[in-house]
Amino acid sequence: MNTIPVEQSLLLAAMLFVIGLIGVLSRRNVILMLMSVEIMLNAAGMAFVVAGSRWVQPDGQVMFIFILSMAAAEVSVGLALILQMFHINKSIDTKTLGKLHD
Amino acid sequence: MLIVFYLAAIVAIVSTILAVTRSNAVHSLLYLIVSFLASAVVFFVLGAHFIAALEVIVYAGAIMVLFVFVIMMLNVGSETEIAEKKWLSIKTWGGPAILSLVLFCELAYVVLTKESLPGSEAIVTPKEVGISLFTQYVLGIEIAAVMLMSGIVGAYHLAQIKKKSKHRFLGGEE
Repeated sequence: MNTIPVEQSLLLAAMLFVIGLIGVLSRRNVILMLMSVEIMLNAAGMAFVVAGSRWVQPDGQVMFIFILSMAAAEVSVGLALILQMFHINKSIDTKTLGKLHD
Repeated sequence: MLIVFYLAAIVAIVSTILAVTRSNAVHSLLYLIVSFLASAVVFFVLGAHFIAALEVIVYAGAIMVLFVFVIMMLNVGSETEIAEKKWLSIKTWGGPAILSLVLFCELAYVVLTKESLPGSEAIVTPKEVGISLFTQYVLGIEIAAVMLMSGIVGAYHLAQIKKKSKHRFLGGEE
């Protein structure tokens, strides 16, 4: 049996996390920023699952289930906030939020 | 089994990069769904079958449907119809379809060749996960339940549009 190397799985999780981080930092559309946050959460959960399968323990999958429920709650609240932002500003560009500054 | 892992990893990285760089929200949503499906294949290869199923059902199913709803709610107007025609062109769904085809070929490969499944010693069964979840981590389950409840109440409270006037008699005087 040929097992998957742990280093390469963790590298995949790290690459997905960095792509999500670049998305959060570079995009200005709020929906795309929220989607990038989802990518980052998924990558963090993947690291947990990789560690859990390395030591054949269920704890990694338990942590992934917690991350999953946290992501679901975060997305519902975040999308409600986006709806309110669109209702007030008529835009989902984060640049329009800068008028709080003045 | 290694080739399945590498193909799924390449599909995941390519579709995630495309999801982050698309200008149209619907395009990047399609690529994001493909990325989650590829992550599910990676979880399956790692021996976490239960988590692979959860990834497809909850991430690619429920959470992405929420995104679809909000994107469709925000895209109101007369230009929606033209945009709808544009989305149905092959340029929109061609890329995600090719990436999904790769994942489908992997699925067929894994199903048809039984011996390439990961060894039974590396698999953490759903039974073990459930036992650990409801004995060792039962406090975490309760905290997650409270958090989901507050999430539901918070989303309901935040998403409702406030009325301008408090009362029908008070509204006209201001």
